[in-house]
Amino acid sequence: MAEVKKFMYLNRKAPYGTIYALESLEVVLIGAAFDQDVSLAFIGDGVYQLTKGQNTAGIGMKSFSPVYMALGDYEVNKIYVEKESLEERGLTLDDLQHLVWEDEDEDYAEKDSIRLVSRAELADVLNEQDITLSF
Amino acid sequence: MKFSIQINEGPYQHQASDTAYQFTKAALAKGHEIFRVFFYHDGVNNATRLAIPPQDDRNVTEQWMALQKEHDLDLVVCIAAAQRRGLLDENEAKRQGKDANNIAEGFRISGLGQLIEAGIEADRLLVFGA
Repeated sequence: MAEVKKFMYLNRKAPYGTIYALESLEVVLIGAAFDQDVSLAFIGDGVYQLTKGQNTAGIGMKSFSPVYMALGDYEVNKIYVEKESLEERGLTLDDLQHLVWEDEDEDYAEKDSIRLVSRAELADVLNEQDITLSF
Repeated sequence: MKFSIQINEGPYQHQASDTAYQFTKAALAKGHEIFRVFFYHDGVNNATRLAIPPQDDRNVTEQWMALQKEHDLDLVVCIAAAQRRGLLDENEAKRQGKDANNIAEGFRISGLGQLIEAGIEADRLLVFGA
């Protein structure tokens, strides 16, 4: 398995209400062990997955919001967020968790993982992928 | 061409498994290879041997079982998704101290790594449902 493929995890749904977001994260974490070229994208209600200050006490479910903060440690650091999806929901980048990763090649400098892209730019990114897993 | 198949929805409620089945059958008939069929999310429910659909309807699980037997298909059920939803094979039931198991013959339970591998090894990974 020497071949490296471009894996895209496309997240389209709100974090709770259905299990897709949680089970997408589970694939991402397992997949990180395979040394592939991994990207995540958040579009539509999927952008809510990254919002900060989530509190699930009222719905009696475990919050998996902190897991997104750990993605950088798994070398998952290409996280695309669609600009239009944020705007349509009255959100800005400031409403999202600040996701970072440490660049080994630059003395572990902390870098932003989130890349804010337009719908058209994201279409180009999706076009480059070998495998798109949609959740 | 070498295909892998991912099925994300349960039987009857969604058409995903039916469509994946028809695709798999057609691809095999055309001489293509199916590397693996991976059942995820509610798709794991396709592997229960305890479902009893009406007699004048198709039996989704038995269709997969027959196709598996004929072509020696690798039908893999995600263990994490299966455990949440009460899908257990004999070993897993014993290990978890449960009094029953329900995985149909021809399906095997394994981890999410099998999905990633299916993506790497195949020319195309086709996702059905969700």
